[in-house]
Amino acid sequence: MHLLAIGTRKGLWLATSGDRKSWSFSGPHHPMTEVYAVAIENRRERPRLLVGTTSSHFGPTVVTSDDLGETWQEPDHAPIAFPEDASLERVWQLALTPDPEIVYAGTEPSALFRSEDGGRTYSLVEGLWKHPHRERWEAGFGGQAIHTVLPDPVDPLRLTVAMSTGGVYRTFDGGASWEASNTGIKAYFLPDPYPEFGQCVHKVGRHPAAPERLFLQNHHGVYRSDDAGATWRSIADGLPADFGFPVVSHPHKPDVIYNFPLVADGDRFPPRGECAVYRSSDAGESWEALRNGLPDGFWTAVMRDAMCTDAADPAGVYFGSRSGEVYASTDEGDSWRRIAEHLPDVVCVRVAEV
Amino acid sequence: MRVLVLIPGPLRQTADNQAKVEVDLPEQATLGTLLDHLAARYPLLDRRLRDERDGLRRYVNFYVDGEECRRLSGADTRLTPDTEVQILPSVAGG
Repeated sequence: MHLLAIGTRKGLWLATSGDRKSWSFSGPHHPMTEVYAVAIENRRERPRLLVGTTSSHFGPTVVTSDDLGETWQEPDHAPIAFPEDASLERVWQLALTPDPEIVYAGTEPSALFRSEDGGRTYSLVEGLWKHPHRERWEAGFGGQAIHTVLPDPVDPLRLTVAMSTGGVYRTFDGGASWEASNTGIKAYFLPDPYPEFGQCVHKVGRHPAAPERLFLQNHHGVYRSDDAGATWRSIADGLPADFGFPVVSHPHKPDVIYNFPLVADGDRFPPRGECAVYRSSDAGESWEALRNGLPDGFWTAVMRDAMCTDAADPAGVYFGSRSGEVYASTDEGDSWRRIAEHLPDVVCVRVAEV
Repeated sequence: MRVLVLIPGPLRQTADNQAKVEVDLPEQATLGTLLDHLAARYPLLDRRLRDERDGLRRYVNFYVDGEECRRLSGADTRLTPDTEVQILPSVAGG
């Protein structure tokens, strides 16, 4: 059975399906909370759902469920808390690692937290928090946040994060020290358009079988790195626009990626209002529009974590919109069906077989 | 001295499902003192009310004998015997 988790600005919806065509929905879970981060850990004896919620009244937290959303658990004391002169605003990312007990959380304000109990409680990764660049990281419109956390699929000491704004940072020693890693990524909104850091990265994707290759959607600019983020080069040729939020890798084919272009920073709609996922089958050298089953008159957008793939073969691709619709493909993006509508703004989707 | 705390519906499950909680406090106690005492008893309630720096959450109001604490001295507002502190979510969200 596939479990699809849909995080929205007003709660979480869960959907299950045996054939990925007919879905049964439940929700809202955690109504009236913003759900920006979801992870489904399906390697445990009982699959664990991890969800970051933010109540405008009662603040942010992380809750877990080991019974597919029937009941939820939360520690009495805050699972994620800053030790000193900051307070948690939002959990933007919950990232699983090869070890199911180790989970990372990316937060607003920009910080990284690490859990060693399967995502129930976390401690601050101080090496990044104390980085001398931190005082010069700025807030994008969504707030200053680490929204992308990419644990290395092989080496537990290596980790890549990305933030808005600030850019990409890497550690090779388990988080003790970090280096900015933005060579080649343009920050058109700064006096120096190619600074060491300060880029507004929207998302970074990677295929676990090719960990040296990263794909990046910037605040204008789509890039690829073939050296684990040391240097980047544009792969935006062939896209109708280089603005957007998500970039997602295919589960089995390292050269296949998905992107959802928007016209521009000042025009955050798909070109001509035509809903279209773009797919590259050659690591960004060329792109094709996937529109079979997707609507026109789509004057909305797809947020950075609102696109994902499943692990089936052929792969499923899913995305949600700010207008509360969720579309799914069971043929790697060749054709699409709307599987949900009239939800609140979708901000993240995650799927796993459970 | 004893003060009475009124817990709003959405938070009662974090306070043993009680609508009213009595708390014994030292003389000269403040709203902050009260929240510290509540935190010891109900840590999950506390973090719905305050962040990790003990800041009052922006959209939670604390009425001290009918006056919102931010129009008094905030968390430093002095409490007196039999004070009633009513906790209410403010009109927020959407």
